[in-house]
Amino acid sequence: MILATINGLPVEVPAGSTVLQAARQVAVHIPTLCKHPDLDATAACGICIVRVGGSNKMLRACCTPVESGMDITTEDPEIIHVRRTVLEMIMSKHPNECLTCGRNQNCELQTLAADFGIRNVDLDNIVPDLPLDDTTKAIVLDPRKCITCGRCIQVCQQIQDVWALSFVERGIDTRIAPAGDITLAESPCVRCGQCSAHCPTGAIVEYDNTQEVWDNLLDPDMFCVAQLAPAVRVAIGEAFGFPVGTNLTGKSYAALRRMGFNAVFDTNFGADLTIMEEATEFVKRYTTEGSVLPLITTCCPSWVDFMEKFHSDMIPNFSSCKSPQAMVGALAKTYYAEKMGLDPAKVYVVSFMPCTAKKFEIIRSKEMASSGQWDVDASLTTRELARMIKQSGINFHAVKEEQPDQMLGAYTGAGTIFGATGGVMEAALRTAYNFITGSNPTRVEFQATRGLEGIKEGSVNIAGNEVRFAVAHGLGNVETLLTRVREARDAGTEPPYHFIEVMACDGGCVGGGGQPYGVTDGLRAKRAAGLYQDDQSGLWRCSHDNPYIQAVYRDFLGEPGGEKSHHLLHTSYTARPTYKR
Amino acid sequence: MARLTIADLQARAAAPKPAPDKPVIRVGMSTCGLAAGAEPVFNALTEEAAARKVELRVARTGCAGMCSMEPLVEVQVPGQAAVMFGEVTPEFARSIIAAMAAGKPLPAESRAPSIAQLARIAGEPVGTGDEPIQYRIVMRNCGVIDPEEIDEYMDRGGYQSLAKVLSTMSPEDVIEEMKTAGLRGRGGAGFPAWLKWKLTRESVGDEHIIVCNGDEGDPGAYMDRSVLEGDPHAVLEGMLIGGYVIGAKQGYFYIRAEYPLAIQRIEKALRQARANGLLGNNILGTDFSFNVEVRLGAGAFVCGEETALIASLEGKRGTPTPRPPYPSVKGLWGQPTMINNVESLANISQIMLHGAEWFSKIGVGRSSGTKVFAVTGQVKHAGLVEIPMGVTLRQVVEGICGGSASDTPIKAVQTGGPSGGLIPASELDTPITYEDLIKLGSFMGSGGMIVMDENDDIVELSKFYLKFCVEESCGKCAPCRIGGTQMLRVLTKIADGNGTEADIATIRRLARAMQKASLCGLGQGAPNPVLSALRYFEPEFRGRLASGKN
Repeated sequence: MILATINGLPVEVPAGSTVLQAARQVAVHIPTLCKHPDLDATAACGICIVRVGGSNKMLRACCTPVESGMDITTEDPEIIHVRRTVLEMIMSKHPNECLTCGRNQNCELQTLAADFGIRNVDLDNIVPDLPLDDTTKAIVLDPRKCITCGRCIQVCQQIQDVWALSFVERGIDTRIAPAGDITLAESPCVRCGQCSAHCPTGAIVEYDNTQEVWDNLLDPDMFCVAQLAPAVRVAIGEAFGFPVGTNLTGKSYAALRRMGFNAVFDTNFGADLTIMEEATEFVKRYTTEGSVLPLITTCCPSWVDFMEKFHSDMIPNFSSCKSPQAMVGALAKTYYAEKMGLDPAKVYVVSFMPCTAKKFEIIRSKEMASSGQWDVDASLTTRELARMIKQSGINFHAVKEEQPDQMLGAYTGAGTIFGATGGVMEAALRTAYNFITGSNPTRVEFQATRGLEGIKEGSVNIAGNEVRFAVAHGLGNVETLLTRVREARDAGTEPPYHFIEVMACDGGCVGGGGQPYGVTDGLRAKRAAGLYQDDQSGLWRCSHDNPYIQAVYRDFLGEPGGEKSHHLLHTSYTARPTYKR
Repeated sequence: MARLTIADLQARAAAPKPAPDKPVIRVGMSTCGLAAGAEPVFNALTEEAAARKVELRVARTGCAGMCSMEPLVEVQVPGQAAVMFGEVTPEFARSIIAAMAAGKPLPAESRAPSIAQLARIAGEPVGTGDEPIQYRIVMRNCGVIDPEEIDEYMDRGGYQSLAKVLSTMSPEDVIEEMKTAGLRGRGGAGFPAWLKWKLTRESVGDEHIIVCNGDEGDPGAYMDRSVLEGDPHAVLEGMLIGGYVIGAKQGYFYIRAEYPLAIQRIEKALRQARANGLLGNNILGTDFSFNVEVRLGAGAFVCGEETALIASLEGKRGTPTPRPPYPSVKGLWGQPTMINNVESLANISQIMLHGAEWFSKIGVGRSSGTKVFAVTGQVKHAGLVEIPMGVTLRQVVEGICGGSASDTPIKAVQTGGPSGGLIPASELDTPITYEDLIKLGSFMGSGGMIVMDENDDIVELSKFYLKFCVEESCGKCAPCRIGGTQMLRVLTKIADGNGTEADIATIRRLARAMQKASLCGLGQGAPNPVLSALRYFEPEFRGRLASGKN
């Protein structure tokens, strides 16, 4: 441990801690625009400067390690003066468009400008005239609003290993763009939206689809159907001041009805359905000699995109199951429409997701129109949902909890934990156990799947055999797992795992790129805890125990993995070029 | 070619130097010479000598320092003092040969001072009478030997230092010697070289790496280029000793791609060194094995900054990263890396050969040894000068370089490049040391020295330097990227006669933020030329304000 003082307060920190970390420990707030708790310091903004001893020099708190006996001053008139000047510099190259910006009232630059009471910037406004890049229709890059902090590039390269974003040009012309200055849609971008989740300003935001949803809600001919993803319910509250991780499922249902949705379903039901199909697929592969293993989950659209671009040799290992939202969409326009006597062409399905990539998933291939129409018509992020609730004049604190609509609404604990890393694996193991042994495991919690460790491994004994599994989240962790699998495959030896879950975002969907801003590991853990609580308090904890799931098979689909299931609930994959130019 | 051993080199040192048996004519063919037309001069000399059947050797050599007098041709007739000719044309070159063929005296016109008249040379006997101010340690072979002939380097004691170190000194001995010598980094900042070597040696890593920083980029500065072009083996020998000291097996020359001749000569030197057993496995028959590769800089000034240089070497965008960790702890590929400037490395062999005591007595106080400057601008004799530190600016500008090139008096001298500052003529008696220059608001820098006379416009000049930094900003950090651009806008406004009193305050405010909050030296130093101009020449700025206009 290292002893130092910050503004005269003694502080003791582990070796290697930065001044910024040490300051937090003694409740000293040092402002910064580029440092994010998830990421290494880029040292780009120059706001977090501090002074050590009586030195004339100033050092960046974000990347200066605390040394023994350091006497650190975080605020004095000169430091504040310099910070203010740097802030004014940054503002001079930032458009004054707060009122029409996607980050209005939720912007780190705006907050800092407010804190510093900047009323006027003397410097010329030198915002370059640069075009938007909305080519992915999932995220929108506005280079004019970029303060080149480098967070998006760090998360894209170091955490996600996608390398879609980089800096181009230099000096004052420096901006973020895909390498080679191509568009995002032409780049390796997998639309995970982690760039938008980490951006301090409005330079990268989700592609906003709310208007088309309002238009359809207004259309008396349309029967509008909503579905709510697992991770949304424990994050939406952050936009309304609820404690992080509060489960707001019932309030969300109520809000969606008040907005005008004719039916409110739950993606968790789709998750249960996914488990039925995927566990069937797994058990078949696991018990059939010579099958390709490990089976790899495919609920995450960024992961699917990433795999098709970078790891297409693993296609045989991929589960053919569609994601839960796609399954709900397909059934809403077939099973539900049939039962309710609705014209599927007049059913408009909106999914509320923690995710920007889902906007792409709903049109990724013709198989996403298995009902004859696009199965899901619009996919909105948690952030868009929050805005829609606010626009609707709903007092989200006061609104009474409601129940979902029947047929595609009720869910089990297994479905709800899909929103946390390891949740799909845990849910699948519960049902696979049942499918192999005929009964549920005595303990349905598989702790080895839980937590924020980047790669989690474990095994579970099912009928005397060890089923080996691994869970990775954050695409940067995938390579390690796949290398192990490939080595065994190439050597012709037993695969290291039978079953692998991958989620593109750190923490899984609770940390999704469409979730409320300001995510840290602390937030991810609290959101996940909300889901595990939902699982524990539920009536059913295994997907196959959901009576509505049983009903859909009995009344409509037939057997899991059967012909109708295959047509509506399964998809296929193809190798795609990393660059489209 | 045979691989040399320590014994071979010792024998070579002991053997008497063979006296030249025929005249040698040397043509300065570094970039400065070539630009002035040395190639046709060289061809004229060889053709004419062949035509007239004169027995002599025409040789290429590096920059002798008197760049304004290029093409330089030195005629060395055995038994006579060397004669230097300046601004030689092919016609004049033919007349030299004609005179020699006819047994007549060499032409009396176009004479220039010989190197012996210009400078003392390290390791050579001291003459009698008035000693020249210049003292050539780094440039000892520049303009003297053919840089493409390793034998000429070795004939002047080349690689004796390496042999001495490898056969008689431990790495710790070398570090101790460096400490006594007091050599400080010649790239600009003046960090003690011995300490950098010690820290890198003591860092733990899979391998240790040494890098020669040849990414010289200050406007008007070309010292390193001239040394790489004129005496590449001297730099390589310094790197070999450094590699031995820190326990490196791999070294890199990082040279800017705009220096094709320097690159070509270093590559040739590496080939020759390999063929002679001076590079590769078991150097000079010892356990020391060391390889060197050349890497080219792609034209970004900031890549001269250590951490940006490392990023560039790794194939990444050349932007600085926070220090610590320092390269000596975690540098190229995460390994302990020692980055030394060309001039620093060129000093090493001489320190080891002649001893730390000898070196420490040259210069003054904590600024020991010599410093090479590229003196350009309004002086009579622009070129490279190497002076013991402690010599005054006036001795360089008015003494060595002959003072103002026009009738107009000298107004100021700029040192330290785009991070340096203006020094007014009133301060010319300041001795050139690291500390004294900082006191004046400038700094040593890598060795650019631009001289201005009273006709030069200080406001425009500060704009020039600031514009340079703005264009070379990597764009990574806000204070440099935006602060520089905004300051340039304000300065341009003033220069255009539209400035106000408040604009001068804005410049000072932006400058402070850039100095305090920029990540690397480029941003921190970028306001210096403007600030020092304001410090000494504020009335010139005020005179340009809108309100100051008549």
